[in-house]
Amino acid sequence: MMQKEVPIMGRVVVPIGTQHPALKEPASFILTLEGEKVVSAKAKLGYNHRGIEKACENRSYIQSLYIVERVCGICSHAHSTVYCEAVEELAGIEIPKRAKYLRTVVCELERLHSHLLWLGVAAHEIGFDTFFMYVWRDREKVMDILENFCGNRVNYGINTLGGVRRDLTPEIIEDIKNLCKLMDERLKIYTDLAMGDATLAGRLAKVGRLSKETAIQYGAVGPVARASGVAIDVRVNDPFAAYDEVKANIVVDDNCDVFGRVLVRVLEMVDSVRMLRFMMDNIPDGTISVKVPRKIPAGEVAHRVEAPRGEDAYFLASNGTEKPERIRMRAPTEANWHAIAHMLEGDYLADSPIIIAAIDPCYSCTDRAIQINDLNTGKQDILNWQQLKQYSINWHRENNGIDFAKLKIK
Amino acid sequence: MSIFYLLVFPGFLFLSALGLFMEYFDRKVYARMQNRVGPPWYQPLADIIKLVSKETIIPYDTNKKMFAALPVIALAAATTAIFYIPIWSSHALFSFTGDIIVVLYLLTIPTLTFFLAGWNSNSLFAGIGAVRNLTQLFSYEVPLYMGLLAPAFLASSWSLSEISQFYTTHPLLILLNIPAFIVCIIAVQGKLERVPFDIPDAETEIVAGSFTEYSGRYFAIFRMALDTELVVAATLLAAVFIPVFVANPFISFLIYLAKVFVIIFILAIFRSVMARIRMEQMVKFCWRYLAPLALAQIIINILIKGVLPL
Amino acid sequence: MRRYPGKIIKEAMGNLNSKAATNLYPAAPSIVTKGYRGKLNYNSKACTGCKLCVRDCPAKAIEIVNVGADGEKIFECHLDLGHCIFCGQCADVCPKKCLKVTNEFELATTDKSTLNINLKEV
Repeated sequence: MMQKEVPIMGRVVVPIGTQHPALKEPASFILTLEGEKVVSAKAKLGYNHRGIEKACENRSYIQSLYIVERVCGICSHAHSTVYCEAVEELAGIEIPKRAKYLRTVVCELERLHSHLLWLGVAAHEIGFDTFFMYVWRDREKVMDILENFCGNRVNYGINTLGGVRRDLTPEIIEDIKNLCKLMDERLKIYTDLAMGDATLAGRLAKVGRLSKETAIQYGAVGPVARASGVAIDVRVNDPFAAYDEVKANIVVDDNCDVFGRVLVRVLEMVDSVRMLRFMMDNIPDGTISVKVPRKIPAGEVAHRVEAPRGEDAYFLASNGTEKPERIRMRAPTEANWHAIAHMLEGDYLADSPIIIAAIDPCYSCTDRAIQINDLNTGKQDILNWQQLKQYSINWHRENNGIDFAKLKIK
Repeated sequence: MSIFYLLVFPGFLFLSALGLFMEYFDRKVYARMQNRVGPPWYQPLADIIKLVSKETIIPYDTNKKMFAALPVIALAAATTAIFYIPIWSSHALFSFTGDIIVVLYLLTIPTLTFFLAGWNSNSLFAGIGAVRNLTQLFSYEVPLYMGLLAPAFLASSWSLSEISQFYTTHPLLILLNIPAFIVCIIAVQGKLERVPFDIPDAETEIVAGSFTEYSGRYFAIFRMALDTELVVAATLLAAVFIPVFVANPFISFLIYLAKVFVIIFILAIFRSVMARIRMEQMVKFCWRYLAPLALAQIIINILIKGVLPL
Repeated sequence: MRRYPGKIIKEAMGNLNSKAATNLYPAAPSIVTKGYRGKLNYNSKACTGCKLCVRDCPAKAIEIVNVGADGEKIFECHLDLGHCIFCGQCADVCPKKCLKVTNEFELATTDKSTLNINLKEV
């Protein structure tokens, strides 16, 4: 149980969340303020749990593909890619080269659209709505290409077990080349703006510091780690899809604060545009998919890819039937959010939205089931829905004095 | 006759109509600069009507009379200030010595009501917003007052009508007050709590600041008070820094409308191109750059007054 | 480089008289590309009733019903638009290619009972 804290004079407890205009998804951050400075912060998650891992256990492999894709709207292709590659590895199947290249094309387009979305949201959090509108207008061009090629703007169902479902046409190749030209000029404008605007730099610099040692200690991944000087990138360290031939550059920055994260993401976008140009000129010919049997042989596999937010790792266990035995998804935000409480302390209340937004949180990716190990008695327990509800009512009754059992919901 | 002045022109109806139209103009310019379409001309009126028709919720442990009275006080104070500012000729409707100070005090009352509204609301975010309101008042108030009093020094008078008379007879001296104009237009952006100085009303940090618990009719009156404050502040700046009047009152009125459009256009540009700054950055900026510039302008005016035969 | 506020002003002023990037939907039509996955199209004559689409649907939204009398095989396809996730897996797995994906997307309605539709060929 939580210990009661002795209230200190002059300190105010402000909850950011569970519902707050700064957060795009429900999460709870409880800040203790002294004036405008944050003295201590506590983070709680779990409001987005949907039971995805359980839903996958009741469906066949091809049905689970669509469930896994809908874990997150923004990085959905990354989840679907790692699932497909894991199942193909279990089945011992090698997909054609053209399919790998097409998967990589959509991966890079998704990285572009996710980073543009993040840049707009960060601008909105600091009150710069004009920049937000410009960035999202450019993002619409990327979404139009994804819509024409894959079939949908988010949750693109381009992957299937054994390859991809649709092929590139010459007009889509033309569209992507025009997009690269447009993104080159727009990204140059955004880099100049980030470096040269005094109000932006005043809000973003020296905010949310995370030193290199702390980043490694907390296990940060993705742009958060790369902005603190840690040079890790799954596309280079452990290549998947076509990344052994399409080389990615690791973008590292030493700033260790939110400004560094902005720079890393903008430079990653520039690199994505370079890779898209290379791929448009060098795609090999061939088929786009092979047939995968319905029953996957028994085994266990662990696989990871680089989602726009960081390293996305899956563990897949199969028992030889049509339905998977266990899928465990570890999203990049799950690795990054432990550092939030550390970064919030010492900065102002006005900085908390941008610090929380700077790790690019996606709580939908993060909330998974856990198994409760009682360290005192060594007993292992899994609570079902009724037990969890009763536990929550008791907890709030004892700690906060609120009795939810009498709550009538109309 | 005074009922006509109070309620129709230049009182409540005229200010409300002009305020709603200026809000539309400001939002339209803001939207076009962001490459969007923007709201239609009846949008601010539709917003007020919608707000009035919604349920009014008063929080649990507050002083209900104060909760209901504060929006009305803000609107009344902002409306009263217009009577002393020259609009269609260089004589205002009523004038007496020292009325520039009265107008400035009347424009400070809405900010105090925002603070009281937030403090009275018995809510965490509203309390933080209320404190930010006062801190912002301490930073922009001194440069704004000094910048507005600098032309008064040159004209040797504390009455807005006499200041307008003076500059109408010596038009070239208007150019001397340009640094004070720059100080005042930046400080007015702080008074009206718009980006980059909209710290007390920061949506992504403290929900809505002082207005978090306000809903329905009372919030509609607060919105009207904000629009009225916008028009009155623009009119004040136009009267002190660009006092251009001709003999025909109708043409003077059209010139006045043009002046207000230009000032609100400049304020809308400020709103579009900058991010919101933090509280301590605002205090540093106002006391390091704006206040010395206003002080320099006052010193220049005093020197000029001593040298030229006026 | 020297930092000053309002660096975006040149572009912002240039946008004042340019065409807006947003459009006033639903007054103006919204155009989707031809690759967009929308509602399904069903060819009843080619359908053999193998029900592979029903087996593979992740959302359990599609049903194939035999409405023929006396052993005759006439099939109808019932789709629940509220459950369908528009993934197109049914169209992929059909061996006779009688399900096709069109790009019709304006399917919202205020009456929930109209969401269960009987797919016809268009």
